[in-house]
Amino acid sequence: MNQPASAYFMEDRHDPIESHTLSVLVQNEPGVLARVIGLFSGRGYNIESLTVSETENQKHVSRITIVTTGTPMVIEQIKHQLDRMIPVYRVVDMTLTGRSIERELAMVKLRGTGEHRVEALRLAEAFRARVIDATTESFVFEITGNSAKINQFIDLMRPLGLVEVSRTGVAAIARGPEGM
Amino acid sequence: MSDTSHDPNQMTGAAMIVRALIDHGVQHIFGYPGGAVLPIYDELFQQSDVEHILVRHEQGAGHAAEGYARSTGKPGVVLVTSGPGATNMVTPLADALMDSIPLVCITGQVPTHLIGNDAFQECDTVGITRPCTKHNWLVRDVNDLAKVLHEAFYVASSGRPGPVVVDVPKDVQFATGTYHPPRKSDVHLSYTPRLKGDATQIRKAVALLASAKRPVIYSGGGVVNSGIEASRLLRELVEVTGFPITSTLMGLGAYPASGKNWLGMLGMHGTYEANMAMHDCDVMLCVGARFDDRITGRTDAFSPNSKKIHIDIDPSSINKNIRVDVPIIGDCANVMGDLLQVFKAEAKRPDIKPWWQEIAKWRARNSLSYKKNSDIILPQYAIERLFELTRGRDTYITTEVGQHQMWAAQFFGFEEPHRWMTSGGLGTMGYGLPAAVGVQVAHRDSLVIDIAGDASVQMTMQEMSTAIQYELPIKIFILNNQYMGMVRQWQQLLHGNRLSHTYSEALPDFVKLADAFGCVGIRATKPGDLDGAIQEMIDVKRPVLFDCRVAALENCFPMIPSGKAHNEMLLPAEANDEATAAAFAGGKALV
Repeated sequence: MNQPASAYFMEDRHDPIESHTLSVLVQNEPGVLARVIGLFSGRGYNIESLTVSETENQKHVSRITIVTTGTPMVIEQIKHQLDRMIPVYRVVDMTLTGRSIERELAMVKLRGTGEHRVEALRLAEAFRARVIDATTESFVFEITGNSAKINQFIDLMRPLGLVEVSRTGVAAIARGPEGM
Repeated sequence: MSDTSHDPNQMTGAAMIVRALIDHGVQHIFGYPGGAVLPIYDELFQQSDVEHILVRHEQGAGHAAEGYARSTGKPGVVLVTSGPGATNMVTPLADALMDSIPLVCITGQVPTHLIGNDAFQECDTVGITRPCTKHNWLVRDVNDLAKVLHEAFYVASSGRPGPVVVDVPKDVQFATGTYHPPRKSDVHLSYTPRLKGDATQIRKAVALLASAKRPVIYSGGGVVNSGIEASRLLRELVEVTGFPITSTLMGLGAYPASGKNWLGMLGMHGTYEANMAMHDCDVMLCVGARFDDRITGRTDAFSPNSKKIHIDIDPSSINKNIRVDVPIIGDCANVMGDLLQVFKAEAKRPDIKPWWQEIAKWRARNSLSYKKNSDIILPQYAIERLFELTRGRDTYITTEVGQHQMWAAQFFGFEEPHRWMTSGGLGTMGYGLPAAVGVQVAHRDSLVIDIAGDASVQMTMQEMSTAIQYELPIKIFILNNQYMGMVRQWQQLLHGNRLSHTYSEALPDFVKLADAFGCVGIRATKPGDLDGAIQEMIDVKRPVLFDCRVAALENCFPMIPSGKAHNEMLLPAEANDEATAAAFAGGKALV
């Protein structure tokens, strides 16, 4: 109870932090992404990853996939805050549904010669990564999978001459016949 | 001439804006002209359906529109120019968003081809106002304008009401396009506010209410926003259940202060009985309030043993600060109507006599008492007299922000909703005077009083000039203690009585200032003169600046000290220096 004097009540909350993947269907119109991002920064929420693209061209609908972290109460707030935005159609918590598939694509550039090159190719094959560019001293691999798999691949490439990585962020979709 | 030239729906963007205002039944707008809205002002000049009130600063227009909206239940409309016109509107927009006030603000913008060029009086209006509006639009094509304007009115006034901005570049105002009257398809398909409460949840709520031993109803501004029917249903609910009721600052008037079940306001400066009832209750019914931090005190000690029912139209209000047991998402009036129906059909009002006896003991502590003084006007006394002398009149009260605001909430009894206009969420000093202007525009013959502080009132004092121009007989009742009293109170309590920059060494002579503005100045310095002076203020049919000189160092009690729970209130009788120091012991480290 040794809090500093303040006109605000200061409380430490020690609820566990969870990671959730949210799928958000929005009207594709100018400023919609700024609204979503502004909500997160304005209210102090975290964005671990964010992907967005138009998915239904005819209806001008875009799908945003957000990976965020927070206490269960904050996660609930985030969903409600997103849902009440005017251009937002639906918010689905893919983590709660428990039956979603998550994928990310990464392009991984390596520079090296000799033994390192051979080792990198061997590992790439094990991870089902494809070579999409090659020179005598470099490769670019394309790898798809969940974030953990990509992290692991990148970690393995690090000592073999990793130059840079470009990742798309997570896209998610539910299993089974139903749409969101 | 071709046929299209006779099409009455072919018009310029500027004409569409005025036409849309008329189609939405707008009678008054508040605004300030400038380069980027000249075409709209030219259209306004050539019609007489919409009356424009010229303010002295755009912030004044915003707060006036808020007062207009809150006292009528209709959206307030503002018209300002680009750049500084828009940025000056940011405070009222943020204020309206926090307090759920419907505003439609139309801003001019530099021509489309200059957007992004740092043109004269350009700013990113939609970017700047995005976090302080419910929604906003930049209209780049004149043929989208009608749809956007109609949607703007709908979004502002439906669901949880709030402010919206429509930014219209000057070339779009000049361009000719097709107008259409409001129609359903103007609204985003994705925007579907939920009005009707879930029947299963309502049944659960009724079961809880019927089994309660120590119930309390905690109502908020949402009941006022929902409309007059919600207040009627709230009163019926209290009558049918026999439960005690308290309300937030924003909800005052929904249940009458003279009602026998009224506990007074709750929260940081609420009454002892209201806060104790909240703390000790076993069933809490929250209607249209949001468990704000001024209400809850420390959240981990907030009403620890109660089951909580929460009715709110905004799902994001549920479980934001306090976990509730039975959330019901829907419009207050709608849900209360259903709830009453089920309660009357299936439940019996529980016997809560012992609970009322406990409440009577808390009431007997008389937490709003203050020591009478025959030499100096005490601010509490001033409000009490103002209330007594305006009783039975058609009165509207606005306030600024600070001690005077809390005293007004504590000592002025509100019998009806829509009579109390105050900045609750954002706490905007300078709100009350322009809000009074807006209220008086809507209610020409009513008595409109801004209960003000000497510091707040100087923030938007220029709007007195607006009141004179439009012959709006607003009364500015200034509790003048020469301090920023609430800030000083916190400095006394938390910062070792170091009164850092809270004393106004140079105040204007408010009576002379009244003279300069062309209104009436009245001063009262003695309790004995107060009644006569207030009566004079009420009787004069012109705007009044009333300089009420009150005790300089009076503080606002009771209060919940920071970091404390509802049952740890500091009462006025106990608020001597020692008790105060002990209550704020947590702050001693910094003293």
